[in-house]
Amino acid sequence: MFWKYGLFCSIFAGSIWGAFWQIIFTMMGILTFGIPLELDVNQMLIIGLVSGIFYINFQKTISMKIHLTTIFTMTLLVYVFNFGKPYQINESLNNINIFILIFLTSAVTWISINFSLNKISIGKLSRYDLENFYIKLMWGLGLIIFILITLVPFYIMIMTSLKNQQSLILNPLDFSLNINSDFKTLFNSYIELFTDFNFHLFLMNSFFVSCVTVFITLFFSIPGAYALARLRFPSKKLFSSSVILIYLIPSIVLVIPLYAIFSQIGLRNSLLALIIVYPATTIPVALYMLRGYFSSLSSEIDDAALMDGLSRVQIIFKIAIPLSKPAIVSVGLYVFMIAWNEFLIAFMFLDDPSIFTLSRGIMSLNSSEVPQQHLMAGAVIATIPVMIIFLYLEKFLISGLSTGGVKE
Amino acid sequence: MFNKFKKNESKLYQKERKLAFFLLLPTIFIILSIVIFPLLANFWISFKPISLGDLRPPKLIIKENLRGKLINKDKTAEIHYRYRNSSAKYDLNNVIFNDTIPKGFTIKKIEPNDTCEIKDKNLTCNLEKVPAKSSGKIILKITTNDYWKKNKDNPKNTRPTTSYQSKNILTSFEFTFDNFKKVFSATEFIQVLKVSIYYTIFGTAGALLVGLFAAQILQKSFKGRTFVRGLLLFPYISPVIAVAFSWVILFDPFSGVVNSMLIQMNVIDKPINFFGQKYTDISIFGYIFKFPLALSMVIAFEIWRYFPLSFLFILARMQSLPEDVFDAAEIDGASPFQQFYYISLPFLIGIISILFLLRFIWTFNKFDDIFLLTGGNAGTRTFTVNVYEQAFAISNLGAGAAVAVVIFTFLLVFSLVFIKYSKKEAF
Repeated sequence: MFWKYGLFCSIFAGSIWGAFWQIIFTMMGILTFGIPLELDVNQMLIIGLVSGIFYINFQKTISMKIHLTTIFTMTLLVYVFNFGKPYQINESLNNINIFILIFLTSAVTWISINFSLNKISIGKLSRYDLENFYIKLMWGLGLIIFILITLVPFYIMIMTSLKNQQSLILNPLDFSLNINSDFKTLFNSYIELFTDFNFHLFLMNSFFVSCVTVFITLFFSIPGAYALARLRFPSKKLFSSSVILIYLIPSIVLVIPLYAIFSQIGLRNSLLALIIVYPATTIPVALYMLRGYFSSLSSEIDDAALMDGLSRVQIIFKIAIPLSKPAIVSVGLYVFMIAWNEFLIAFMFLDDPSIFTLSRGIMSLNSSEVPQQHLMAGAVIATIPVMIIFLYLEKFLISGLSTGGVKE
Repeated sequence: MFNKFKKNESKLYQKERKLAFFLLLPTIFIILSIVIFPLLANFWISFKPISLGDLRPPKLIIKENLRGKLINKDKTAEIHYRYRNSSAKYDLNNVIFNDTIPKGFTIKKIEPNDTCEIKDKNLTCNLEKVPAKSSGKIILKITTNDYWKKNKDNPKNTRPTTSYQSKNILTSFEFTFDNFKKVFSATEFIQVLKVSIYYTIFGTAGALLVGLFAAQILQKSFKGRTFVRGLLLFPYISPVIAVAFSWVILFDPFSGVVNSMLIQMNVIDKPINFFGQKYTDISIFGYIFKFPLALSMVIAFEIWRYFPLSFLFILARMQSLPEDVFDAAEIDGASPFQQFYYISLPFLIGIISILFLLRFIWTFNKFDDIFLLTGGNAGTRTFTVNVYEQAFAISNLGAGAAVAVVIFTFLLVFSLVFIKYSKKEAF
């Protein structure tokens, strides 16, 4: 069968990488230079295909010099294909940018071909080698696609927030930043959010609500988790598993009765309402995560302390808490993130703009009167603290999440 | 000796038991009052004819006005008390209102005569019943006396106080099946059910498959792996409001990047309203079928936002798989696909099924994402969005609660399945 030959692999990999990178780099070119470029997949597909065949034939003899020559040849071929006018753009545009774009496309395509066809011979391949080839190809493509799809919405978010209304309407694809513009014009949306839209209040409210939630959650869940981890009592298993079931209950089922009750007692439109509701949703998570951590500590220390005459409550304060400080800090930060990101309850409960949290405040920006870049600037402001916390506790969060302490 | 030891042991045990309940009590209390009690209250509300407006209890509104000028003894002025029942639905019973008349005035006449009486300058009116929507007036004819000449007083300085009883719809025993009738007989019920099921199944399965794929990619060690692993978690940890709106803006039909890009590259002729168009025609081999566009976009968002979770769980499980199993398979000549199919997959099937159930329940419960992306329009209304729609958009709290009961019933079934299967897996 022809697809079992290395030659076919080289044609396959070469054309796929060529077409793939052509699409990606054309898009990047449009977004970074802000000029219309026409997408032509075929030329790079053919160039990639030829370079694939070239690589598989001469891979053992290729030196650094040949690598560079190939890349330049590929770039040159693009110009030849297009009669010296790649992307069919007018003369007036900056040709050096276009050259760099094409050169990068060629270089990355060549590197990808090198990576996928490394150590593949031209003749018939064994099943093992063949599958390895396809896996490697899929791995490379998959990795790049995953990185792109996660980054693109965030990239658009940040770039949109730095644009002004005029340029957005004029050309929605122009994400080139004017480096010469001063700080004030670049961060105009942010400045307006803080001066005209009360975002300093929203930030403070969100911060306040999240901190109080963290405090209440830890205050109740540390002793609770210790009890679940160390003490013997009947129906302990039942209790542990019903804690998990609690966080399967969605807040949309609870929101109507809470809304009704809080309205009647006059609590609804207040930050206190959020401070009452949030811990109820975070305590089960914190309890679960901390219980896991306390159980992983050796119980011998506790036994020794008991022998020495310390009471259980003293043990919690003098031994359990100091020993698990890093875990408690991380659980606290995680709870902070949950409270910070919460949308539904804040949206339903808060009417008064002076007590809006960030989520609620951004929701109020979602109208036709407020320009898009303000909305995106608000989104960036809400995301940054979460990102900082995440980078700080990534390791713990990953191990904590993957052992089951997961909140939707 | 042994008995004594046993006795001590049981004493210690009792002490521990007490302490444990004491330590867990606040948690139990909070969960009971903020989760379990509202859950039961939701059932209660779902059987009640209650709208959003009923939450404001009926009030007696009184306005006091002075007519005429207070100049001298001979001239009479009038104090008008206008009262009104604020509710359009509920009567006020046992209505009594009091006001103090300042010393400087003498009351000549009260209209209507039979309701009010005066004792030591204290006016007490017994209005008995003020029916819904109704209003009325009490007029006092007054003159000023000598005392007033020294201390010029205004009768409006003292505010009238009221006391009354009204029915509170939340606590009354008035029940109805109308909410459920309305929810089940609505023409959109089948549509909502279908959308919920599509959304849940495709969202869950998609996020799992993408997560599995991502885990396979990240299992291989390479430079910057930790960085990429953190990067892939971004969609999951970011505030939903931020990522949902950035998707909306990304796919905006007028100024969105995706539409402009597709037009620029000659893929489409005119912009597509990704989150606002219910169906789009797609032709495959000349056979045209209707593709649910907005629903697919919402599912795509769900997959994008939640694949990191499946990815994280699956990756963690894969890294606990002993390396030498693969080495042995390698020596036996198993190809990479065979290794995946015969070793990795059976090992992962437990965590995958648990994840599937868990994500299934959470996706079914998902509200924020759909609400922010489409508002439940363009064929994306799931049960959760319907709760909001009924309770807060149409202002029928009872019907909203009835939809929530339907959700909870589904949830109960899913949870039972979940418990049955999770016993096998240590969750």
